[in-house]
Amino acid sequence: MKPLALNLALALLALALFLASLAVGPAELGLSESVRGLFAGGGEAASIIMREIRLPRALLGLGIGFTLGLAGAVLQGFLRNPLAEPGIIGVSAMAAFGAVAVFYSGLAGAALYALPAGALAGALAAVLILMALAARNGSTLTLILAGVALSSLAGALTALVLNLSPNPFASYEIIFWLLGSLKDRSIEHVWLALPLMAAGWLLIALSARAIDALSLGEEAAASLGVHLGRTRFLIVAGVALGVGAATAVAGTIGFVGLVVPHLVRPLTTRMPSRLLLPAGLGGAALLLMADVAVRLVLPAGELNVGVLTALIGAPFFLWLVVRARREVF
Amino acid sequence: MRLAVENLDVSLSGRPVLHGVGLTLAPGEVVGLLGPNGAGKSTLMRALAGQIAASGTMRLGDDDLTALPPAARARLLAYLPQSRIIGWRLMVGDLVGLGRLPWRGFGARLRPHDTEIVSRALELMDVAHLAHRPATELSGGEQARVLAARAVAQDTPVLIADEPASGLDPAHQITMMRALRRLAGEDRAILVSLHDLTLAARWCDRVVMLKDGRLAAEGPPEAVMTAGNLASIYGVAAHITRDEGGLILAPTGLTEGGAP
Repeated sequence: MKPLALNLALALLALALFLASLAVGPAELGLSESVRGLFAGGGEAASIIMREIRLPRALLGLGIGFTLGLAGAVLQGFLRNPLAEPGIIGVSAMAAFGAVAVFYSGLAGAALYALPAGALAGALAAVLILMALAARNGSTLTLILAGVALSSLAGALTALVLNLSPNPFASYEIIFWLLGSLKDRSIEHVWLALPLMAAGWLLIALSARAIDALSLGEEAAASLGVHLGRTRFLIVAGVALGVGAATAVAGTIGFVGLVVPHLVRPLTTRMPSRLLLPAGLGGAALLLMADVAVRLVLPAGELNVGVLTALIGAPFFLWLVVRARREVF
Repeated sequence: MRLAVENLDVSLSGRPVLHGVGLTLAPGEVVGLLGPNGAGKSTLMRALAGQIAASGTMRLGDDDLTALPPAARARLLAYLPQSRIIGWRLMVGDLVGLGRLPWRGFGARLRPHDTEIVSRALELMDVAHLAHRPATELSGGEQARVLAARAVAQDTPVLIADEPASGLDPAHQITMMRALRRLAGEDRAILVSLHDLTLAARWCDRVVMLKDGRLAAEGPPEAVMTAGNLASIYGVAAHITRDEGGLILAPTGLTEGGAP
């Protein structure tokens, strides 16, 4: 497929699902009513539902999905590893732990920004640790190993907090948050996360040439003029900003970053930089689709979107492992 | 552009690997880098390519090679690593196009000029007919030539190739050496490490022989690829004859005391 046609098709798909996300919800709003609610001012119910409930949710679905798809694609290219995903460098686990620590301290109820701030602090800590480790030894393998270790540590610390949590209700709230959801987010969440995610996208875009060269290994890439240290910084910082911000407002949403690059890669030339935009758009489409699905499947209880993406993602992951043995990437 | 290296010392993990190696490489010549395994050939090439830290002077033309920014260096010196890595199922044409990266602006596509250089590199390495095949599905020898074409596509005055002929069939070994000669004919300087003694003797203008990280012998093949040097450097006895194309060297056994 021609790159332009592919990007256009995926952008249209994401847009359609964005509109679908605006149209779906427990409140029975007609189409014209929704549109009027979105654009007309005033305090009527339709306007409040559209502007304060559905629009933030759809915007976050779009932005977070784009971030996760993009982050997955850039990490797979950078680490030359088809099993890489945003979680692999430990940023999402550390962000989740940061948020959980805020829950535990009881500050979460005190201010809207306390929870995201905790998550961002966790993501920042992850970046600092990764950079300190990776700066000493340049190889991407060090980065993967450090990320895996960091993920395990963050997971253990999160479990520790759950263990120590004062009452079952607090544990329940933490677990629910960890499952990842776009429900009941406000426009403030959008303003908090979107600029950080956009900054992450920019840093990742700057590494596009380098990840192409890295398909030939680190030595060949360096001989092509790629500055490996700078590339590593751009990618780790970009992924941390994007995924940290995403986790801060929506909890951990797994598998989008792993699955989407593999879904769109066969439609591209497989040049890592050519995968970035399609993977971002595909990620936005997939997350919006999942978020619409959770509202339609169980309208009353409402499944967490992170659960749904993991339910789809885990079998896909298994299939991927089987395929990877045949080396068809 | 002339490459001049003096007093090069390299240590890996604290262990000295190269000791005061000196080397010059002039435009138009193919220089063979010879020596037993572990003599420091790859280390020398990696140091020249700026992949590992080295002390000593390395000058390319009027520039201090170590002071050049990576992108500027990549426009002057191409390096073909010994490890042959192809990360994704890239098409051969796209892969060789990566050689144009140092010449492209941010996000820019290949211009007609780049495409022309890429197709010349493909033809030089006899892989033009594979341009639309996935590189991961080729034979080892074909992949080696495709990766060599990537380095050629960098279109640099200096090319450093680490064992480009290993794993190739006899015909393609000759194709590879002839391609390097042709590049030298375009006034480029070529440094190539080889294990095949006859290939080195017949296709290189000069050979540089390393042993234990030191320069052991240096000069035209006829002068330095002698029974004595082969015995002291490789620890082999060799049957040496010559025809109109140059020397023919066939190792026949180990010298007394075996490999050094």
